[in-house]
Amino acid sequence: MAWVNAIIQGVLTGGLYALFACGLSLIFGVMKVVNLAHGDLAVVAGYIAIGVITVTHVPVLWSVVIVVPVMAVLGYVLQRTLIQSALDRGVLITLIVTFGLSIVIENGLLQFFTANSRGIGAGMSLVTGSFSIGSQIQIAWLLVLIFAVAVAVLLGLQYFLSRSRYGRLIRAVADDKEAAQLAGADYRHVFGIAAAVAFATVALGGIAFGMYSDLDPTTGTDTILLFAFAAVVIGGLGSLWGTLLGGVVLGVAQQIGAQINISDELLAGFIVFLVVLAVRPQGLISRRAGS
Amino acid sequence: MSVATQAAARPAEQYRVTRSRRNVAWTGAGALIVVVVLAFFPYVVYSGTTAILVQGFIVLTLASMWNLLAGYAGLVSVGQQAFVGLGAYFVLILALHGTSPFAALPVAAIGCGVAALPLWWLVSRLRSGYFAIATWVLAATIMLVIERFSSIGGGSGMPLPGFAGLSSTLLTAYTYWAALAVTVVALLGIYLLLRSRLGLVLTAIRDDEVAARSSGARVGLARLLVFVVAGAGCGAAGAVLAISQLQVQPSADFSIQWTAEMAFAVIIGGLGTIEGPILGTILYMVLQQTLASFNAWYLIILGLVAIVVALFARRGLWGLVDSRLNLRLFPVGYWLRLDGERPKGRLALPRRR
Amino acid sequence: MTDGVTDAAPQAAARPSPAGRPASGPPLLEVRDLVAHHGQLRALNGISLQVHPGEVYAIIGANGAGKSTLLRSIAGLHQPTAGSVLLDGEDVTRLRPERRARQGIVMVPEGRRLFGSLSVEENLKVGATYARPGPWGLEQVYDMFEWMRERRGQLTAQLSGGEQQAVAIGRALVANPRVLLLDELSLGLAPVVVQRIYGMLPQILATGLTVLLVEQDVSQALAVASHIQCLLEGRTTLEGRPADVTADRVEAAYFGLAGATSAPGGAAEGSKSLWPG
Repeated sequence: MAWVNAIIQGVLTGGLYALFACGLSLIFGVMKVVNLAHGDLAVVAGYIAIGVITVTHVPVLWSVVIVVPVMAVLGYVLQRTLIQSALDRGVLITLIVTFGLSIVIENGLLQFFTANSRGIGAGMSLVTGSFSIGSQIQIAWLLVLIFAVAVAVLLGLQYFLSRSRYGRLIRAVADDKEAAQLAGADYRHVFGIAAAVAFATVALGGIAFGMYSDLDPTTGTDTILLFAFAAVVIGGLGSLWGTLLGGVVLGVAQQIGAQINISDELLAGFIVFLVVLAVRPQGLISRRAGS
Repeated sequence: MSVATQAAARPAEQYRVTRSRRNVAWTGAGALIVVVVLAFFPYVVYSGTTAILVQGFIVLTLASMWNLLAGYAGLVSVGQQAFVGLGAYFVLILALHGTSPFAALPVAAIGCGVAALPLWWLVSRLRSGYFAIATWVLAATIMLVIERFSSIGGGSGMPLPGFAGLSSTLLTAYTYWAALAVTVVALLGIYLLLRSRLGLVLTAIRDDEVAARSSGARVGLARLLVFVVAGAGCGAAGAVLAISQLQVQPSADFSIQWTAEMAFAVIIGGLGTIEGPILGTILYMVLQQTLASFNAWYLIILGLVAIVVALFARRGLWGLVDSRLNLRLFPVGYWLRLDGERPKGRLALPRRR
Repeated sequence: MTDGVTDAAPQAAARPSPAGRPASGPPLLEVRDLVAHHGQLRALNGISLQVHPGEVYAIIGANGAGKSTLLRSIAGLHQPTAGSVLLDGEDVTRLRPERRARQGIVMVPEGRRLFGSLSVEENLKVGATYARPGPWGLEQVYDMFEWMRERRGQLTAQLSGGEQQAVAIGRALVANPRVLLLDELSLGLAPVVVQRIYGMLPQILATGLTVLLVEQDVSQALAVASHIQCLLEGRTTLEGRPADVTADRVEAAYFGLAGATSAPGGAAEGSKSLWPG
């Protein structure tokens, strides 16, 4: 049935949203602030990937190998310089600065790349192909791949946070950054590592989005930031796997909305978000201690 | 000895606490003159100029509201464009039912104030960063909902009816006066609000929220009131927008650009001061006029300047002026006076970072 | 300076070591004329002290006397307005807290401040992340606190106050500090538990550490300390060895009673020094 197809689509899209959301959730868990430019950074990553592919003609998946580390380094640098200065001056200033950053990035992209949307064309059968289950259900391979990547990223994040030295430091700094200082940890450096990880995940998300759909300068806020946020809230603040659950719920809601009325796709997702906000603001998975 | 120790050394009866009356008289007179002069503009300037001024009034009203939210209540909202759009659509809906858009303006403002209540309930429990994005989501949602109804123009908008019979000169003049009136009411309202008891609570929140809460101030209620007032104010600005554009258009009326403009004007002008938004709006208009042909550039520059100002000159340009000249055009503070003496100094407690 | 009663005189730069201190040469930790503010309030009004290797140096005083501010300033969490902190002769006043920790000044903060979402072992591991080489490691901490070994996977939020204090101390020990700062260990703990924890001090000292502690419980401090200093409203009112000071003198210094000190600018003037100028 078309409905089953829609639900499957929605579930798989949830993986993409989780990729956007996990970085947002990580940053908020550690630094207690939101980077309003989070979505725009995904778009930047996508544009860089397009640029890299155009110039070097490497296959799409190779661009990932280049862009993700670049974005991670960018994340560390941006965090240690701009964001840390803003953090030192308070939450209000941080929101204002990251909002300013978002506007500057969007309009910068607009100025230099025009408002035309671009896709990361792959020309690979992997990207354009799909498989069928039965006669009514058709699933794009790309979506399955993206979902798999999202799950892998979340698993990797979970392992990183619970087992590795920096993961432990990140959790410690999130709990009590002064106490972490007393233990010899420079929390600015730890923030930088967390930002690098978040930028890396959001870069993956941006590239995935560029392959699945098209990117334009305002996608960062219109789509990515709002969806990432909705996924975090629906899934539950402070829960990593909650971002996947939230993404899935959002994706399914959107696809069901699209079934009812094609132009209601976005609206359906936001309405589910508002309902969760009204009825269960702590999200579907209640907050665990720490991120 | 500092003011504090000097004051402590005298018996209490010799002191009075007064509002800064002398300063208010001067500013009040000055403001009145400015308003009267501005009111005469339609008679003496070209319609191109009044159009620019109308735009300036809209931004000034929005900036004052955003300043109230962020600078006094500590609420960073990036979704005020929701009320701008709602204000525009309220006017449209009333105009479609026969009301004159000008008469619809105050109704739209009140309507937006009322609409702010359920929206506040939805987002008020979120912490600052998530609160901000939630307001953005609300704005996007409201826009999507409105776009569903083709009777009010759907996704592409529609022209605003109700101007039949008005000559274009008269229309321009009425639009201008409506914009001016909205701005004056908004600024006056904010000024009176900040001088009131609510204003005291807000200033306390601005300076130190935890201390404010523990001294009994109803922080939640104060924030709710501010959100409602800001909603009404932005709605009024949106109504003026619809009138000045002679149409409503969802993508323009609900654009995040409104938030960018009001936020940047406030930050550059001076967050947390009443004079700041005025200075910021003037700067913004100047910048916009000079860079008008380089559309995306003025937002890029505005954004960069705002970032720099937010980091290095937190109270904006007005803050720089204020600290040099110790000037307050719109004084809301108190003076400590010894009977018969001129005020010794401002009882300004050290500002916390 | 023969009877050990001193005041923090401004010209203390070349103060000779008072008689009765172990003649082990230069101090390991030194504080010179430290002035610290909380906003407009002057919390420390020119404090000086010297801690020699192997000592247990106790700082006592009533609430608000400035004890915790002093310790936090030494640890680097509070920037003093004037004065200096020296570790082994090197000025560390401008160093950030984490740098000081890595150099060997490690504090067990007031209220424990464990990482609530981490387990006991993870808390220790964080403490060991930037550890200096030395005798303390996780195993040694488990040897000292036997119960910890079995419960090392537990979240610290589930532990009792005394157990949490033990973990906090362990977290500091695994960093192999040179100077261990203990801020109000007894806060919120039953006396029996406090005694048991202070009973660990000899074991800790045996591994070559030096301890500087802040304590509200005067008798406990007198019982463990090799040297004691009393603060009142940001000034030193008493300094010396526990054996050299009588209970009356301590009481007078603690409360700022008349005749507490024979130093110029003593407690009488100090109590009005809450406002600057």
